[in-house]
Parts: sequence; structure tokens; C-alpha cells
Amino acid sequence: MDLRELYQEVILDHGRHPRNHRFPEPHNREARGYNPLCGDKITLRLQLDGDKITDIGFIGQGCAISQASCSTMTEAIKGKTLPEVQALFSKFHTMVTSDEGADDLDALGKLAVFAGVREFPMRVKCATLGWHTLNQALGDESGEATTE
Amino acid sequence: MTDASPIAASSPAAFDVQRVREDFPALHQDVHGKPLVYLDSAATSLKPQSVIDAVTEVYARDCANIHRAVHLLSQRATARFEEAREKVRAFVNAAKKSEVVFTRGTTEAINLVAHSWGRAHLREGDEVLVTELEHHSNIVPWQILCQQTGATLVVVPMTDRGEVLREAFEEQLTERTRFVAMAHVSNALGSVLPVAELIALAHDRGAVVLLDGAQAMSHVDVDVQALDVDFYAFSGHKLYGPSGIGALYGKEKLLEGMPPYQGGGDMIRSVTFEETLYNELPYKFEAGTPNIAGAIGLGAAIDYFASFDIQAVHAHENAVLRYATDAFEAVPGVRLIGTAPGKVAVLSFLMDAAHPHDIGTIVDSEGVAIRTGHHCAQPVMEHFEIAATARASLGIYNTTDDIDALVGALRKVQELFG
Repeated sequence: MDLRELYQEVILDHGRHPRNHRFPEPHNREARGYNPLCGDKITLRLQLDGDKITDIGFIGQGCAISQASCSTMTEAIKGKTLPEVQALFSKFHTMVTSDEGADDLDALGKLAVFAGVREFPMRVKCATLGWHTLNQALGDESGEATTE
Repeated sequence: MTDASPIAASSPAAFDVQRVREDFPALHQDVHGKPLVYLDSAATSLKPQSVIDAVTEVYARDCANIHRAVHLLSQRATARFEEAREKVRAFVNAAKKSEVVFTRGTTEAINLVAHSWGRAHLREGDEVLVTELEHHSNIVPWQILCQQTGATLVVVPMTDRGEVLREAFEEQLTERTRFVAMAHVSNALGSVLPVAELIALAHDRGAVVLLDGAQAMSHVDVDVQALDVDFYAFSGHKLYGPSGIGALYGKEKLLEGMPPYQGGGDMIRSVTFEETLYNELPYKFEAGTPNIAGAIGLGAAIDYFASFDIQAVHAHENAVLRYATDAFEAVPGVRLIGTAPGKVAVLSFLMDAAHPHDIGTIVDSEGVAIRTGHHCAQPVMEHFEIAATARASLGIYNTTDDIDALVGALRKVQELFG
């Protein structure tokens, strides 16, 4: 088990200095995410114009993995359409939970730095908190996403 | 061994931690290619070989249901089960064996009292007192009870060091206080509550008192008669025994007056469709086939623990705790949460460099097992305005070497995140 596989420089950097760590104005979608296991909390707001996410930001507290994952996610999906976002989430989820999908790493771009998470099953929820919260924000129901 | 000297002075037979470590097979393994350093005994303690053997022997030899058949195996199982009850009685110094009810653990013991005593005695306008440092297990059952009865849950605040002070307790204690439920020792902070004093105050007001002893049994002396406590709940698995077994001590007079908690086998004297006569204490509260092997394993754990000079065990743990506290103070960017004078066995901490969850993963990769999270005590986290802590906790087998390994691992955290 190599810790550097998990804590790559990109993750440490985004964990320390999360991007889009602000609430965008205007915004028309919001969701809160909570990981009851460790107490990580985020609030995600975004502007959805048609089926395109034109702006997104989050405020939250948590471990390096959860904060870096939120940060890189907001970077990756800004300007993307809903089908593109769903495809990305699906690839990301596969990457952090199974050995399949290793071929898709190129399609994930910077998000591929989270590939090491699958060696740490207890940390998968940290890496997916932001994504589950995004799903909540894009769904019809508003409310709180949890990793449980 | 640097920590042996203060102990040798206070006990005739010096406590030999290296010999103790030989008794715990789980200690002798590598994790992630490093020797295991187990610092999570507040979550569950490891088990000595004698406990493992006792449980195995139940299934390998004395495998029978209890209090029923006339055959030899059942006689042996019944005798050993009841011997275990006697061992619990003696260990907590209860007056009678019938005051010891086996449960699944502390949580079930608390729920038993909330359900049985609480529903029978609480009315609207009554108050149930808990403290701010309780484990969720000693909050939620009372919350549910208050919702059902219209009683009010009142919280005694703690100090920023994690103490529950007499003055704060007295302030919340009123003529409406019917019940007090509090920890003997805090699981998240290690604080030892001044329970004897608080119990006396509660009794002056006519309130009944339950202590959550889950975290106390292996770290402080427990004498239910000296404390004059009404109910005492604890778990076997934090006392070097199996999981899934624990006990409730209750004063006979109170237990006699309480309705059963669950209905079923063993708790009855006779059943017709018109009427059921309940069994005598403690069986009235032990419906269904119990955790027979667990109870016998708990008996073996008490035998094991009581084979030591317990004051020497406490002195050893306190010496390691002091060593750890000093070592932590020498690491920049580490802050202890919970600094009550006289606290035991627990070091909850934060690091400037990293979130507790990241600390947990990194020290694990160094072979060091600690707990991270809210420790089922979210109100404690709220008090300190934090989401989580990292927590190292001690058992009979820990040494100053373990602390050195942890501190070394914390330096790795700083290297990675610094």
C-alpha cells in the first residue's frame, strides 16, 4: 500500500486550496452533502442553464480526499452538459470502486488522480461525497445527500 | 521499560507489560508490513488467549442450552453461565447475584432501564438529566423515552476541558429531576466524572441514577455499593471479553418493581393464554436463549483482569497516558481535545496539518490503529465546534513504545501534509 498513490500532489494541493470554494451568483440549484461516518459536510450551489452547468461552487469542511474531490469535480464539470456530467460521474464511480474502467482513465483527465482511492475502501465515501451531492442538486428533489 | 518504575513502588508484584502482551494473540501480527500498534481499546479491547479458549470450549465441549435440560452438557453450561454471573457480581461488588442481568452490552442495558423503569415511572413534567459528554447510547434512549412520556431531557454542560462539575450539575438538578443518566468515564475525552458526589446529590433530590460504565470498567475502580448507584451498565468487549455480552447491575428493590423488558423463554414462571407469571430476578429480564458463550467468556475476562493487581494496571496505563500527553505536547501542531485532570486512557486530538480521517489512514499505513470520527458523541464535537477528532486509546497491553510509534506516524502525517 503506497500512501503516495492515495495522497497525490494534485489531491494535497486541492485539499489545501480548494478551487471554486465560493457560492456562485446567480445560482438555481443547491444541495448539502453529509458523511455521517466522519462528519464531513459540504454545501454545493450551481447555475444550470438549459442542460448546461454554467457555474458551480461549494463551501465545506472535511478531509483532504473529500475536499480535493469536490474541488476537482467543480473544475471538471463547469461548462458541461447533464449527459456529459452523468457519464463522468459514472466513470469516476467505477474508477474508485472497482478495477474495471482502468482504460477510461484518460477520459477522466485530472480526476484520474483519485484512482488510488479504490485501494482504501474506507475512503471511497470521502471521494464520492461531492459527486453524490451534485447528483442531489441536479435531481428533482432538493435536500441532503448522504454517503450512507 | 521506562514506565515500570512508578508502578514497582506502589505494588508488591511488579506489573510486567511484556508478559501481558504475550497473552494477546492479536498483538502479534503485521499490518501493512509493520508490527501492529493497537491504540483503539476504547472502541474494543483485544482478547487474551484465556478468553478465546473459554469461548471455544463452550462450543467444543459444553455446548448446550441453559436452565433447561437434565443432561450433563446442559448442567455444565448452566453452571458455567451462572459462575460468570457470580464473577460479574464480585467484580462490581454487587450485594446479590440476582442484581446482575446479562445483556448484549451497555446499549441494551441502558435501553432496558429506559424502557422498563422509564415508561413505568416517568410522567409529563418530569425531567431526565444527562450530561453534555454522553455517548449517543446514553442520550438517544432517554430522548425516545421523553418523547413517549412527555418528560423533558435536561443537559448538564461540561467545561472546555471536558469536565462535568458539581456546580453545573447542581444547577440543573431540580425537584422535577426523576432520573439521572451519565457516563462514569467519557469515551471521547477520557474524563472521569465525580460520580459518587453527583449520585449523592441526585439521591438527595429523590432521583434514580444510572451510570454508563462502558468506558470505565477496565480503567477505574467500580464498586456499585460504595457508589450507591441505582443502575450500572457495561459491556464485556471493552473489558477484554467477547462482544455481544454485557450486564446491567440494578438494585434489587428497583428491579423487583420493574415490568419485563422483553417477553419470551427463560423470563417466565408459567404461561397460559390468560396470564403469565414472570420468573424471579434476574431471569425476568433475560428473555430468550442468552449469549451463553459470551457470558462465560466475560467471566474468563474478569478472571484474567482480576488476576492482576488492578491498582498496578491502572498505574501502568496512567504512566503511559502521561508519557503520551508529554510526547504530544512536543509535536508542533497537535492539540489535545479533553484535558480534564485525572482523565484516563484516552487521547483525543487534532492536527493543524491534516483532518482526522487523513491522520487515521496515514497512521494505519504505519501499522498504528487509532479511531477517527465523532466517537458516537456528536454533542461533544459540537461543544468544541469540530466535526471529528483522532483518538488514541489505551489498554492493559500498551507501552511507551506504542506511543513512540504513534508519534513517529504523526510526523509522517506532517511530512506528507506539511
